[in-house]
Amino acid sequence: MDLAVILSILDATIRLSTPLLLACLAGMYSERAGLFDIGLEGKMLAAAFAAGAVAAISGSAWLGLMAGMVVSLGTSLLQGVAAISLKGNQLIAGVAINMLAAGMTTFLGQTWFHQGGRTPPLGEGGRFETITLPFANELAGVPILGPIYADLISGHYILVYIAFIMVAVTWFVLFRTRFGLRLRAVGENPKAVDTAGISVVKLRYQAVIITGLLCGLAGAYFSIAQGSGFGNNMTAGKGYIALAALIFAKWKPVPAMFTCLLFGFLDALQIRLQSAELFGIEVPVQAIQALPYVLTVVLLAGFIGKAVGPKAGGVPYTKER
Amino acid sequence: MNPQRPETAAASAPANGWAIELEKINKRFGAVHANKDIDLKVQRGTIHGIVGENGAGKSTLMSILYGFYTADSGTIRVNGTQHAITDSRHALALGIGMVHQHFMLVDNFSVLENIVLGAEDSGFIKPSLDRARKELDRLEAEYDLEVDPDAIIEDISVGQQQRVEILKALYRGAETLILDEPTGVLTPKEADDLFRVLRTLREQGKTVILITHKLREIMAITDSVSVMRQGEMVATLETAATSPEEIAELMVGRRVLLQVDKGPANPGKTLLEVQNLVVADDMGVTRVKDVSFSVRAGEIIGIAGVSGNGQSELLESISGMRDQQAGNVLLNGQPLSLEGDDGAARARAAGLAHVPEDRQRMGLVTTFSEWENAILGYQDSPEYGAGALLDIGAAKQAAANHIKLFDVRPANIGLKTSLFSGGNQQKIVLAREMERDPDVLVIGQPTRGVDIGAIEFIHKEIIKMRDEGKAILLVSVELDEIRSLADRILVMFDGVIVGEADPATATEGELGLMMAGINNKTAPRGLGIAEQGPLP
Repeated sequence: MDLAVILSILDATIRLSTPLLLACLAGMYSERAGLFDIGLEGKMLAAAFAAGAVAAISGSAWLGLMAGMVVSLGTSLLQGVAAISLKGNQLIAGVAINMLAAGMTTFLGQTWFHQGGRTPPLGEGGRFETITLPFANELAGVPILGPIYADLISGHYILVYIAFIMVAVTWFVLFRTRFGLRLRAVGENPKAVDTAGISVVKLRYQAVIITGLLCGLAGAYFSIAQGSGFGNNMTAGKGYIALAALIFAKWKPVPAMFTCLLFGFLDALQIRLQSAELFGIEVPVQAIQALPYVLTVVLLAGFIGKAVGPKAGGVPYTKER
Repeated sequence: MNPQRPETAAASAPANGWAIELEKINKRFGAVHANKDIDLKVQRGTIHGIVGENGAGKSTLMSILYGFYTADSGTIRVNGTQHAITDSRHALALGIGMVHQHFMLVDNFSVLENIVLGAEDSGFIKPSLDRARKELDRLEAEYDLEVDPDAIIEDISVGQQQRVEILKALYRGAETLILDEPTGVLTPKEADDLFRVLRTLREQGKTVILITHKLREIMAITDSVSVMRQGEMVATLETAATSPEEIAELMVGRRVLLQVDKGPANPGKTLLEVQNLVVADDMGVTRVKDVSFSVRAGEIIGIAGVSGNGQSELLESISGMRDQQAGNVLLNGQPLSLEGDDGAARARAAGLAHVPEDRQRMGLVTTFSEWENAILGYQDSPEYGAGALLDIGAAKQAAANHIKLFDVRPANIGLKTSLFSGGNQQKIVLAREMERDPDVLVIGQPTRGVDIGAIEFIHKEIIKMRDEGKAILLVSVELDEIRSLADRILVMFDGVIVGEADPATATEGELGLMMAGINNKTAPRGLGIAEQGPLP
C-alpha cells in the first residue's frame, strides 16, 4: 500500500469517526451525571432529520445545524423530564426516544416532502463545505508531512474540527472545573452532592442540555455534512456504537476519542474492502459491511475488562425517604 | 449578621450561650409522625448527646437542623437568631456541619476533591484544591486529624473516611458539628481516636451533637443528653447527674435490664468441634490459621476480637458458606461435609443453624415479605410442601408463629422485610433459626444495629437456648456483649485464637490487650504470638 491509499483510509476514518465521537462525548455528560443514555441514537436521528429538513427549505446549512441542535435539545429534555423529574426508568425513557425518533422522522418526512421519508437533496449552501486549512495547498508538496497535512488534517467539515476540539474541552470541563467536579460527583453519589448543598436535579438537567446540544451536532453531521439530505434511519445504529465506545473508553474523553477512531477505522476499512477477494473468492459485501459491528461486539465482550460505570447510573435520585 | 434577639440572649441562657435552639419541631413522612413538638437546646462549647431507639426520630431531627429535610412546623434558632433553614447550603452557611451515618463521600474521588466539593472558590478547581491542601494542614495540626489529602476514598479505612467527613465540615467553617451514630462502623481503637478528636473540638469552643444509641458513649463523652422516644423528646439531662439505667428506661419507656441475667452454665457433651481449620478469603489470603476449639451442649462460646481478624471467615466456613482449605468441623462427633455450594444446606440439615453477621445481605432477602423470609433456607423442608410446590399456608402459619413468639413488630407477615426496623429484622432471622430446634447455633453480631429493648430480648433468647442444652457459638465485636453472654471467651487476632478467658474474672484491659495481639499472662502457652511485640 502506498501513502496515498493509507491516507485515504485514514481520511475516511476521521470522517466516519466524527459523528461517533460527538455522540460519545454527548453521552459522557449525561452518563457521568448518573443518567444512562441509550437514547443517543434517537436524538441523533431527530437532529439529522431536522437539520436536513430546515437546510432543504432555507438553503442554509447553519440554519439546518441550529434546527438540529434545537430538536435534539428538546428531545433530550423530554428524556430528562422522564428520567429526572418523573424518576422514570432511564432505559425505557431512552428506548422510547429512539422509537419516537425512528417513527416521527419517517412520518414527518413523508408528510412534508413526499419522497418516501427522505428530505430533498441539498443544493449549494444547504450543505457544509469542507474547510481548507491555511497553507494546505502550499505545503502539499513537502514529502510525507505535506500530504498528511493537506489531505488528512485539512479538508474536513467544520463539525469534524469541532468534534476533536470538544475532546479537549470535555476533558477540561470534567476534570478541571467546578462544574465537572460536581457532575462527576453526582454520577457517583448524588446524596453527597445534595448534602454539600448542591441541587442534584439542576446538575442533571445541565448535563442533559449539553448532551442534547452535542447530539444535535452529531445528527446534523449525517444529513448536512457527510450526506446531502436526510434518509430513513440515516444514523444506522451509530448511537449504540457510540454508547459502546463510551463504555469501552470507561467514560473518559481521550480514550473515547481513540475508541471512536478505531470504530471509524473499521468502518473505513470495510468500505475499502468491499470489492476485495480472499483466496480468489469474492467476499460477500454483507459480510464485510457487518465487520465493524462484529468487531464492536468482540471488542466489548473480549477486551474491555471490567468496566465500572458511574455508580449512581440509572438510579433516579429521591431525597425524602 | 443579624443582631441577636435580646430576649433569647438574656433569658436563662448559660454563660456561653445556646448554639442551637429548636422549638416545637414537627415532621411527618406520610402516616409516620417522625418528630412531634420537639424542643431542644444545645449549649455552645459542649458535647450534647441525643439518644433513642432506632426510629425514635433522632436522625430526622438532625436532618431538619441540617436542612436536608424541611420541618412541617417549628422554629430553629442558631446562636440566638431565628432562621428558616431551607437547605444544607444554608445550614453550612450558619456553621452547622453534619457527619452522616452513611458517609456522604464520593468513593473514587481523592480526599481533597471530596473536601472541596460544594465549597469551591471559583469555576476552576485548581485554586480551591490548593487552598484546601493548605487549610487541611492547619486543621490536621489543630485537631490532630491526620489523613492523606491525595488518597482515594475507597482505598482508606472507614475510620479515616470519617475523619474526611469531619474535616469536610470544619473546612466549611462548621461551629456546630452533628455526628449521626459515628461509632457504628468503627473499631474500638478508631472510636477512641474519634472521642479524642471530639474532646479537642470541644476545647476549641466547637459544639458537638452526638446521636447514638450506645449508652456507654453517652456516659463517656457527653456533657448533657437528650432522650427521644417514638418521635418525642422525653428528657434532657446533665450526664453527670444521671445513670445508664435511667437513660435506658427513658428510651424504652420501661425498666430495662442492662446486665444479662443468667445462671451458671451446665455444659454437657461436645456438640461442635472445630479441628485445625484453615480458611482463605475471596482474595485468597489465609484469614483463619489452624484454629481448633470445641463447644459443648449448654454453653456459649464467645469469640472476641477486632473486626477483620478472621471471625467472619470462621463463621462463614463453619456454616458452610465458604470452603475451607484444611481442617475438620465435627457435629455431634460426625464430620460435617461443608464443601460446595450446598454446604450451608447440609449444615442446616445436620442441625447447625446460622444467624449471619449481616442480616440484610445474608440473613434476609429484604425485598421479600416476612413470611417468605421466615422459611428461607428451609424452603425444601417437607413441612413447607412436597415436590415443586410450596405449601404457602404452612409457611404463613410458621411465620405467624415466629412473629408471636419473638414479638416482631409490626405483626404483619405480608410486609417486606426491608420495612422492619433492624431489631425486628434480627428477630425474624433468629426466630427462623431458633425455632427449628438446632443442636448448634452459630450467631454473628446478634445485636448490631439493634435497639436496647430488642437487645435485651435477643440476649434472653440466646440464654434460653443455652439452658435448653444447645451449643452456641457467638461472634461479636461488642466486647460488652461477649462478656455478658459467653461462658468462655476465645480471643481471635490475625486468624489465630490467641487466648482464652473466663468472663467472670477477665478484665476489659486484659481482653483488650489480647485483641490487640499483645502477649498476656492469660494467653495459653505455645500460641506463637510473642513475636507480635508491643504496640507503639
